[in-house]
Amino acid sequence: MMVELIYDSSAVKKPVLVSVALEEGVLMNIIEAEVGAREGRIVVEIDDELADRVVTKFESHGVRVRKLIGTIEKGEACLDCGACISVCPVNVFRKDESERVIAETEKCVRCRICIEVCPVNALSLQE
Amino acid sequence: MKSVDEINEKIRNGSVSVVTAIEMKEIVEELGPEKAAKEVDVVTTGTFGAMCSSGVFFNFGHSDPPIKMQRVWLNDVEAYTGVAAVDAYLGVTQLSETLGMEYGGGHVIEDLLRGKEVELRAIAYGTDCYPRKEIVTEISLDDVNQATMINPRNAYQRYRAATNSSERILRTYMGTLLPNFGNVTYAGVGELSPLNNDPEYRTIGIGTRIFLGGAVGYVIGEGTQHSPPFGTLMVRGNLKEMNAEYMRAATFPGYGTTMFVGIGIPIPILDAEMAKATGVRDEEIETVIIDFGVPRRDRPVLRNVTYAELRSGSVEINGEDVRVSPLSSYRMSGKIAAELKKMIESGKFFLSMPAERIPAKETFRSMKQRDIKVVKSVMTSPAITVSPGITIADASRLLIENGINHLPVVDSAGRLVGIVTSWDIARAVAMKRAETVGDIMTRKVITAFPDDPIEIAARKMDVNNISALPVVNSRGEVIGIVSSEDLSKLLAR
Repeated sequence: MMVELIYDSSAVKKPVLVSVALEEGVLMNIIEAEVGAREGRIVVEIDDELADRVVTKFESHGVRVRKLIGTIEKGEACLDCGACISVCPVNVFRKDESERVIAETEKCVRCRICIEVCPVNALSLQE
Repeated sequence: MKSVDEINEKIRNGSVSVVTAIEMKEIVEELGPEKAAKEVDVVTTGTFGAMCSSGVFFNFGHSDPPIKMQRVWLNDVEAYTGVAAVDAYLGVTQLSETLGMEYGGGHVIEDLLRGKEVELRAIAYGTDCYPRKEIVTEISLDDVNQATMINPRNAYQRYRAATNSSERILRTYMGTLLPNFGNVTYAGVGELSPLNNDPEYRTIGIGTRIFLGGAVGYVIGEGTQHSPPFGTLMVRGNLKEMNAEYMRAATFPGYGTTMFVGIGIPIPILDAEMAKATGVRDEEIETVIIDFGVPRRDRPVLRNVTYAELRSGSVEINGEDVRVSPLSSYRMSGKIAAELKKMIESGKFFLSMPAERIPAKETFRSMKQRDIKVVKSVMTSPAITVSPGITIADASRLLIENGINHLPVVDSAGRLVGIVTSWDIARAVAMKRAETVGDIMTRKVITAFPDDPIEIAARKMDVNNISALPVVNSRGEVIGIVSSEDLSKLLAR
């Protein structure tokens, strides 16, 4: 599962991510990271079963947490060309027997590269 | 032996046997060409891909008072007007002057097909016969006299696949190419594509009736750059009869707009030879993978490849499996072949033999250029260089004494190891932390080769936001330096 961690100006100075990882002994894959003047945000991927426990832990460190349920979505405009297939870092897209492009959205790491590559704007990322 | 007249008679009396190119492969494999030719009368092919060399001739009708359009825009996309007063040609790759790459000629065409009105804006110099100097109005497809699609180059028989050896993402007409051979893209649909099923062009020629964008169209000749087996077709059709499902505007990021055009061509199975030709398989259709990392006309060929390998989704380059993206839609191509089959079976589409054949041999020549200016003819040589051990103070003195801003840093053998700019020196002085040039130099240097065309050096500076490139030879030795000022004198716009 993807979760977005929102750090305010006090939490941003502490090594919260690593603390939680060590305390809970959990692996986290960092998908996105942004540092702003007053706020920072990190999107991490956590094993589904551990998510609730880890989220509670982050909250106890003063980090706001938002679960990102949305992933990449393929709209009506899709021509089934396949331009997206080779640019996706985690192989979300493949063709089925009828030559339709199938999106295995659960693999999506929200990198957005497919969105800009699609020639007919058929892909979008749901928040 | 069968004639097209006989086949058309069968279409008329409902006894015609039509199969798609996909079905024909199996039939030829099972029965052999002789028997297949007896069983099958027509094979339908299809292709649906981005075809940049496409566009529409419009005749807008005359306004009152009349205008001889000197320039005309449809939804801010300019159409070519160097013909009669209210005729204009709108090409699919022309960009909107307000929206840029988001919207272009292809989008105007798709909007018109979807029944939308577009804004027509024209200006003129005014004449005695055409006094009006400007006009703004809204028009739909119903309002124009003619909307004749004339595409100078469509339906490429096969196309060179693309990859990228360079270290940055390239945005090309072959889609987005990831760095360090990160992916491969290819266009065309191999064994389903029209010209691959008639490689001698016996039945596809001038006057061949085809499916174009959902309507009946015609081949009007070989396409521009036709060079068998990379054959192409010039086609025409009536936009007013077309269907937006088979004509889709598209944008390739960083390249521009284009249009996916749907073309289907029926192949009459006149004899066993034609049956054999339509039995062609992707394994037999070869093309090459070229490296877009080299921004020259003659891009290096990395390897030969078949459409079967490309279609498998992964090809090997330098010992590594690289993922492949098609750029044409196999689903839509198959749908077009199936749709054309239905049209023929239901007696709505008759075949025609070419009035004249298109060349089966032709070569595609390069542009005749005055000369290609290369970096070594404009660079400053020798360049003033320094060794990593010299002090910041000495380096700053060199910059000032020579009135320059860049100092390539070289090792004892004269090979490039870094670069410092006057800005680097200024910053080092302000921070008071560094002693030598080696402490502050940029080690990953963007360079030029002496035989690079100057346009390529200019593009490198643009993309990397820098103002000079050390010029190195194949041994990495610095032989000169070229700056943006050197180039701007020659590349004046």
